[in-house]
Amino acid sequence: MATASISVSETPLVLYLLRRADDALILGHRLSEWCGHAPALEEDMALANMGLDLLGQARELYSYAAKVEGKGNDEDKFAYLRDVRQYRNLLLLEQPNGDFARTMLRQFFYSAFADLYWRAMMKSGDATLAAIAAKSEKESAYHLRHSSEWVVRLGDGTEESHRRAQTAIDDLWALTGEMFEADDSERSLIASGIAVDPATLRSRWLAMISDVVGEATLALPKSDWMQQGGRSGRHSEHLGHLLSELQSMQRTFPGATW
Amino acid sequence: MYTQALNTSDAEDRHVEDADRAAQFQVRIDAEDRIEPNDWMPAAYRKTLTRQISQHAHSEIVGMLPEGNWITRAPSLRRKAALLAKVQDECGHGLYLYAAAETLGASREELVDLMLAGKAKYSSIFNYPTLTWADIGVIGWLVDGAAIMNQIPLCRCSYGPYARAMIRVCKEESFHQRQGFEIMLTLARGSEEQKAMAQNALDRWWWPVLMMFGPPDKASQHSDNSTKWKIKRFSNDELRQKFVDATVPQAQFLGLTIPDPGMTQNEAGNWQYSTIDWNEFNAVLAGNGPCNRDRLAARRKAHEEGAWVREAALAYAAKRRNRQAAA
Repeated sequence: MATASISVSETPLVLYLLRRADDALILGHRLSEWCGHAPALEEDMALANMGLDLLGQARELYSYAAKVEGKGNDEDKFAYLRDVRQYRNLLLLEQPNGDFARTMLRQFFYSAFADLYWRAMMKSGDATLAAIAAKSEKESAYHLRHSSEWVVRLGDGTEESHRRAQTAIDDLWALTGEMFEADDSERSLIASGIAVDPATLRSRWLAMISDVVGEATLALPKSDWMQQGGRSGRHSEHLGHLLSELQSMQRTFPGATW
Repeated sequence: MYTQALNTSDAEDRHVEDADRAAQFQVRIDAEDRIEPNDWMPAAYRKTLTRQISQHAHSEIVGMLPEGNWITRAPSLRRKAALLAKVQDECGHGLYLYAAAETLGASREELVDLMLAGKAKYSSIFNYPTLTWADIGVIGWLVDGAAIMNQIPLCRCSYGPYARAMIRVCKEESFHQRQGFEIMLTLARGSEEQKAMAQNALDRWWWPVLMMFGPPDKASQHSDNSTKWKIKRFSNDELRQKFVDATVPQAQFLGLTIPDPGMTQNEAGNWQYSTIDWNEFNAVLAGNGPCNRDRLAARRKAHEEGAWVREAALAYAAKRRNRQAAA
C-alpha cells in the first residue's frame, strides 16, 4: 500500500514558500548525492556543507508554509508526500549532477541569483520571511564564492576542464530564465511588499556572472530561448526519479515515525 | 591534495639509530611524555604509526560509503540533515588523520594510492552492506560505539598529533553514537515492521562489530611493540569485553535480542560471548567480504573521475603564479 499524496491549499503565500523550499530541497538533495564521491575530500566537505545549508533553508520554508496553510501539513509531508506535479522548484535545480563542471555551473547560476534574491528579501514586509532571507543570504554568499572560484579554475584550467565547463554553460543556459519569472499569484505578493520582483535582479545577475565567466575565459551563449515549467509543476523527466528515491521510505511505510 | 611538495616521504630514516637514543626514547615514553613530529623516534615507531593512522584515515573515508548509501533515502528531513552532517564529519576525520600521518613524513596522495591499489587496509566493518534504514541506526549505535571504545585510549597515545586528533574525533563520535541509539529507540518504539527491521539489522551487524576489535590477543601481530610504545593501552580482548558489557544492557533497554543464544553473565558481571567466527573475519580481510569490491570500486571511480578537476586546479594555480611573477 502506498501513501496517497497530500493536497495543498496553494494560496499565494503558501505557493510562494513551497516554490522556494522546493528549490532548496531539490538542489540540496542533488548536492548530497556527491557525498563520498567528490573529486577531492575538500570538495566532499564543501558540497555537503552547501547541501546542509540548503536543507536547512528548505526546512524553515516548509515549516513556515505549514503554519501559514494551517491544514495539518508539516515539513516532511510537503517533502515526502507530494508528487512530481505538485513540486514547484526551478528546472535548473533538478538537473542531474553530471560531471563536477555541470554541478558547479548549476550552483553558480543559482547562487548568483539566490544571493541577490535573499538580500533583497531581507526587506520583506513579512518578518518571518525577512529572517529566513537574512540567514539564507549569508549562506548563498558563500555558495556563490565557492562556485565562482571553481568556474574560474575550471574555465582557465586545462583544455579538458575548459571544454567541460563550456558544455555545462551551454546545456544549462536555457534553464536560467525561469529564475526571473513571476506569475499572477506571485505578483500579488510583490504588490503587497512581501516578495520582491525577481525580474528586477536580472541585469545585476547578468553583470555578475558575465564578470566571472569572462575571467574564466568562457562564454555565455547567444541564444535567449528560455525553458519554463518548474514553477507550475511541469518538470523535466529527472525530477520523478529523484522523488522516487527521496520519498521511498515514506511511501513504503505509510504513517511511520522515524 | 593540491600540495606537490609533500609528494614524497623519506625513504630512509635520516636519524642514525643507536641504542642510546632508543633507550632515551623509551624513557620518555615510560614517563608519559608526548612525542612530537620533530622529535627523534625509532624508524619502527614511525612506520607503525604511519600504518595505523593511515588505516584509520582510510576507514573514515571508506566508511562514508555504507552510510552515504542512505543519505538520499533518509526517511525525514531531520534524519537526512543529521546523516549528511554525520558523513561529512567522517570526511573531516579522514582529512584530519591524513594530516596527522603527514607529520610523520608520508603524503596523503601516497597513502591514498596505497589504499586504492588494495595495498593498505581499512576497517573490515565497512565491507558489509547497509540494507535498510535500521542499518544506519546500528552503525551509529554499535560501529561508532566500538570505534569509541578503541579510540578513547588513543587520546592518550604517545604520539602527540594522533592523540590530539583522537580527542576531537571522539567528541564527534560520541555524538554519532547517541544519534544512532536514538534511531534504534525510535524503531524499537515503532510498528512491528520497524521492530523487525531493527532486530534484523542487529542480527547482521553484531558479529562483524565484535570483529572490529581485531584478532584475539593470542593471535595479534602488532600489540607487543604498540603496547611498549604506549600507542595501544588495552588489548583487543579487553576492549571487546568492555564493549560487550556496555552494549548488552542497551540492547535489553531497546527490547532487542543479541544474536548469541549461548551468551551468559559470569559472577563478575561480564557478559561472556560465544566463539567469534574468525574465518569470516579473515575472509573479509582477504578481500572476500560482501562489499570489498564495491567499496574499492567506488573510491577508485571518485578518484579517477576527479583527476581532471584536480589537474585543472593545479593548472590554474600555476597560470596564476606565472601571471603574478610576470606582473
